[in-house]
Amino acid sequence: MISLDVNGKTQELDADPATPLLYVLRDYLQLNGAKFGCGLGQCGACTVLVDGRAVLSCVTPISTLAGRRITTLEGLGTPEKPGRVQRAFVAEQAAQCGYCIPGMIMQAQALLERTPHPTSGEIRKHMSGNLCRCGTHMRILRAVERAAREP
Amino acid sequence: MNPRGAQGMNRRGFIARSGALVVSFSLLPRLAGAQAGKLPGSLSKEPMLDAWIRVGADGRITVFTGKAELGQGIKTALVQVAAEELVVEPSRIELVTADTARTPDEQYTAGSQSMQESGTAILHAAAQARVLLAELAAKRLGIPAEQLSIRDGAVNRVAYSELVAGQELHVRAQPQSPLRDPAARTVMGKPLARVDIPAKLTGQPVYVQDLRLPGMVHARVLRPPSYGARLKALDSAAAAAMPGVLKVVRDGSFVALVAEREYQAVTAARALAAAAQWDEQAKLPDSKEIYALLPKLPSQNTVIHENGKSATGAGMIEAEYRRPYQMHASIGPSCAVALYRDEALTVWTHGQGVYPLRGAIAEMTGLPAERVRCIHMEGAGCYGHNGADDAAADAALLARALPGRAVRVQWMREDEHSWEPYGPAMLSKARGRVSADGTVEDFQYELWSNTHSTRPGPAGSLAAAWQLEKPFAPPPPRPIPQPTGGGDRNAIPLYKFANSRVVHHFVSEMPLRVSALRALGAYMNIFSIESFMDELAAAARADPVEFRLRHLQDPRAQAVVRTAAERFGWQAWKKQPGRGRGFGFARYKNLAAYTAVACEVEVDRDSGRVRVRRVVAANDSGDIVNPDGIVNQIEGGIVQSTSWTLHEAVAFDRQRITSRDWGGYPILRFPDLPESVEVHLVNRPGQPFLGTGEAAQGPTAGALGNAIADATGTRLRELPLTPARIRQALGA
Amino acid sequence: MRPLALIAVAAAMCSACAAEPLAPVAAPTRASFDPSLIAKGAQLAAIGNCRVCHTAEGGKSFAGGRPIETPFGTFYGTNITPDPGTGIGGWSEQAFVRALREGIDRDGRHLYPAFPYEYYTRLTDEDIHALYAYIATREAVHAQNRPHELRAPFNIRALVATWKAIYFERAPFRPDPARDAQWNRGAYLVNGLGHCGACHTPRGALGAEKKDRPFSGGIAEGWHGPALDARSPAPVPWTAEQLFKYLRTGLDDVHAIAAGPMDPVVRNLARAPEEDVRAMAAYLEALAGPPSAERRKKADAALAQAKAGSRANGRGAEIYAGTCAACHDRGRDAGSGGALPLGLGTAMTIPTSSNLLRITLEGIAPPEGQPGRAMPGFADALTDGQVKDLAAYIRSEFGRAPAWPDVEQELRKIREERK
Repeated sequence: MISLDVNGKTQELDADPATPLLYVLRDYLQLNGAKFGCGLGQCGACTVLVDGRAVLSCVTPISTLAGRRITTLEGLGTPEKPGRVQRAFVAEQAAQCGYCIPGMIMQAQALLERTPHPTSGEIRKHMSGNLCRCGTHMRILRAVERAAREP
Repeated sequence: MNPRGAQGMNRRGFIARSGALVVSFSLLPRLAGAQAGKLPGSLSKEPMLDAWIRVGADGRITVFTGKAELGQGIKTALVQVAAEELVVEPSRIELVTADTARTPDEQYTAGSQSMQESGTAILHAAAQARVLLAELAAKRLGIPAEQLSIRDGAVNRVAYSELVAGQELHVRAQPQSPLRDPAARTVMGKPLARVDIPAKLTGQPVYVQDLRLPGMVHARVLRPPSYGARLKALDSAAAAAMPGVLKVVRDGSFVALVAEREYQAVTAARALAAAAQWDEQAKLPDSKEIYALLPKLPSQNTVIHENGKSATGAGMIEAEYRRPYQMHASIGPSCAVALYRDEALTVWTHGQGVYPLRGAIAEMTGLPAERVRCIHMEGAGCYGHNGADDAAADAALLARALPGRAVRVQWMREDEHSWEPYGPAMLSKARGRVSADGTVEDFQYELWSNTHSTRPGPAGSLAAAWQLEKPFAPPPPRPIPQPTGGGDRNAIPLYKFANSRVVHHFVSEMPLRVSALRALGAYMNIFSIESFMDELAAAARADPVEFRLRHLQDPRAQAVVRTAAERFGWQAWKKQPGRGRGFGFARYKNLAAYTAVACEVEVDRDSGRVRVRRVVAANDSGDIVNPDGIVNQIEGGIVQSTSWTLHEAVAFDRQRITSRDWGGYPILRFPDLPESVEVHLVNRPGQPFLGTGEAAQGPTAGALGNAIADATGTRLRELPLTPARIRQALGA
Repeated sequence: MRPLALIAVAAAMCSACAAEPLAPVAAPTRASFDPSLIAKGAQLAAIGNCRVCHTAEGGKSFAGGRPIETPFGTFYGTNITPDPGTGIGGWSEQAFVRALREGIDRDGRHLYPAFPYEYYTRLTDEDIHALYAYIATREAVHAQNRPHELRAPFNIRALVATWKAIYFERAPFRPDPARDAQWNRGAYLVNGLGHCGACHTPRGALGAEKKDRPFSGGIAEGWHGPALDARSPAPVPWTAEQLFKYLRTGLDDVHAIAAGPMDPVVRNLARAPEEDVRAMAAYLEALAGPPSAERRKKADAALAQAKAGSRANGRGAEIYAGTCAACHDRGRDAGSGGALPLGLGTAMTIPTSSNLLRITLEGIAPPEGQPGRAMPGFADALTDGQVKDLAAYIRSEFGRAPAWPDVEQELRKIREERK
């Protein structure tokens, strides 16, 4: 049994310790935020926060996560009370298919926690590990800038 | 295109008629010059109003569409259309999309036709439903219909749900509808926030990838290492014994593994793959020789356009353009869930056409079509025919192998990259001449391409079906006829030339698996034609924008060209070393939206790297339903086309696809993004809806190619316009 | 320190030892050069790797601004575009030659040996001539040079004169008549333009090459440049064919992908003439010499393990199994998703943990928009404790060598750099 702190709640999991966090989040905990995009750590769709840092959950086995604070999209806000970054993305209508957006939101959250007022160049650089295939990039950048402006 | 419906018609003159099920529209005053007969949009195929609109006793209004949300915002736009004509708050409407058990058959959500087909149908169905509801109220209240007030889903405060007790909406539609005056609109044409975004951004189970059914199990399919490979030997004992594995399914060369937990399926499938031996037979062409090969393969040659007399002989400008295989490369690999129970099969899929898919799966499984139900659930953006239908076929086969258990098939990244059908490689040749007065005297264009559609269709379109013990052969490919076209989409320019001729060489032999990728042949044809227009303009010593206007007679085309040029500051632009500007224009399919793109780039001669500084676009999509939806699609199309044009080509060796993940098929990332993108809309209220989703792909490519030529003084004609190619063209 | 005292005295005596300034000239036009000369210069510049040090990340080519970390502080690559105000547009060919041969700029000041003139001094006149044609015809970019940030006393430029007096050997390249033309070409390129020794030869406290042990291993920007001589730590000894493939593409079947500072080198060598890269490969193979019987036995064992995969236990093994094995146990194939079995990688066998730690934490990214293999970085996914356990496991299981002594300090260094 492995014990994980997910969004502030302790979860007891009867899973192989080598299981990447992504599968545990989706298959065991029914959390949809982190998405399967490649399983190879190349696209960022699976991004979550571990101790406030952006991490690719598809290449992070749960054996390494004991005692660490895992935050997923669901931990940033709810449909009734979305978090600051989620609100900014909705306000900018920063989505087409929306599949990459949860990963973008988590990556942005990690950035803003360390750099509350990033420049546009810093945002572009920081987000470069996350792919968007629909071409929503311009809105994503505007959404991150918008979130940074909110208190 | 005929203008829709009755401009200025209102509720006056409706006369109540009791009892009859047939709508009393026969009593509606006819429009002067109105046409009888053909029903607008998809109503022509599904004429019953309640196939589209239903009013529930609880006040909820359900609207049905055979189209699917692909991330293009169609759900929102259709809700706006219905809300407008039904005079209700958009939030009161529940939209049901593509489901073979519940919605009309609108074939595929493709070709940017959703607004033209479904939007038009719902527009009219909603308007006619409104009229019916007014009549019901008039009858009930004993007040003439023209004195009634319709507001907020109620007629004189009597809610629609109270007016409808039974089958009142089960009537055939009429060819004409009393549409609301565009000037009085409150919902259509207004920026309504996308109805689907909040759920997606808060982790609600929206995508088919999020679907979880009781007792659902997880499957992985072993895709062969190359096209046509046969399974020679499989020692499945070790994999079958791994934790959680329920079954190894084998039918000929179709092999899959089913397990309780998803990661168990992933690891066991790896072990199974290692224990499989394949007989590979694929002989792929040398990827460097594909453009020499295409014209040598047998082809069906059609003159699709001829005007005047085109010349042969010397003294003409000639150019050849090339486009490689390119991928959809959806960010979320394909996925499907299927359940076979009580001899009925249900498949949850993100395929673009649930009805054709149902037919293909029925044929493949031998089940009667009425026992197969395909329900669309969103996937990641597909941009055409990707692996979605194949994942559905996989799931269907496995569901049959495990009756009573919902089976989820998730394609891995390598599966999607290697097995999705690509946008075909294309070759084009242009020849032309400018006369002394600076106009194009002769324009000749020919292109070579495979089919741009191998959609289901028959079972033989499904990759799983090729691997079965009793396989289904892929059907012979057929060209999509003009004016829509496939490889020849937009091969006929909108420009008017004194003499012109366009030839389509349809090549049936497909070395790589191909099908529809956003814009189909239009991407490459517009790139070629717009590049060539600049070459002709240079020969005429004319400004590229002015030169285009010289040859455009359609005032709407002229308007978008002028708008883009003005907003870009084309006249005042000053050339600086290393920088260039370019222009691209097309009317998608010569039938759908008009788009003009102007851009500025900076090229580093030494590295060959292109920095896109500004992109300014203008778009006319007819009557705008959701302005931000159009801007989103055009912006997205510009960025995606920039990625295709500067970066993308599928890599393959003599046997296998070698672009199997993002490392092997890089796409644009944030550092490569244009510095700014602007989209300016030209609204045409009352005009027909024009499809937007694919309108930016070709013009963007044309603009980029022309800007790079302007920046470097050298014309590049082979896509993608990579740093290596630019360096090579420039020399040291 | 005695050498330092020596230098201080010599500097005081030698302060007038700078050279004559050379008058600025009008920047030559492209038309004044034969296009084939410019093309030749381009190829030489690809081997010399000029673009890498003289271009900032995302910046214009050759316009300078790139930080180069050394034990003496940070150097910033200069603007060598033909801009007359901020670049070298005013440099005559004579000034250019003097810079490469003698390490002196147009004003007569000594150049720091971070600019590797101790290697370029070996270039032939014709090659410098071609390089000048290439460099002088780049796109002029107006960009002020950023001052170097060096620790005292290294920020005293005049001291370079003394360093040169002691360490700089102005010797032209002399071909070895006992060797064939290809070897000599390779020797000329590796020891001259390629300046491979800058990273692969150990240096003393003042940054001078240890001339008695060329190519026995060095450092560059925190990475270890493995030994290229008989001390080569590569699990599978390099053949000339493998070296050629690696130098051209960054990839070879039984060796790790080019990473860190080697990545831009191989990308530039992809643009160099094929025969030149082959010559370098032939020279390097000869440099290492034929592998001993013991080394060949170890190579066979490494290849066998690569097929079998890893099987051990322990905390590090568990981290490996969940984090690395999915890609690295699969082995590399023509498609992707799989990666080199670690037993074949040099990062595991060199005396320092720096390379493995850097790759583990940073990952490997293909150059922007170009096809290439990608590896994610694990800097935020793994805690320091987990990194140490993993490194220890990888060293013992795949490096088959005693534990590294420097994991703690290298890890700290990398974490600091990332802040």
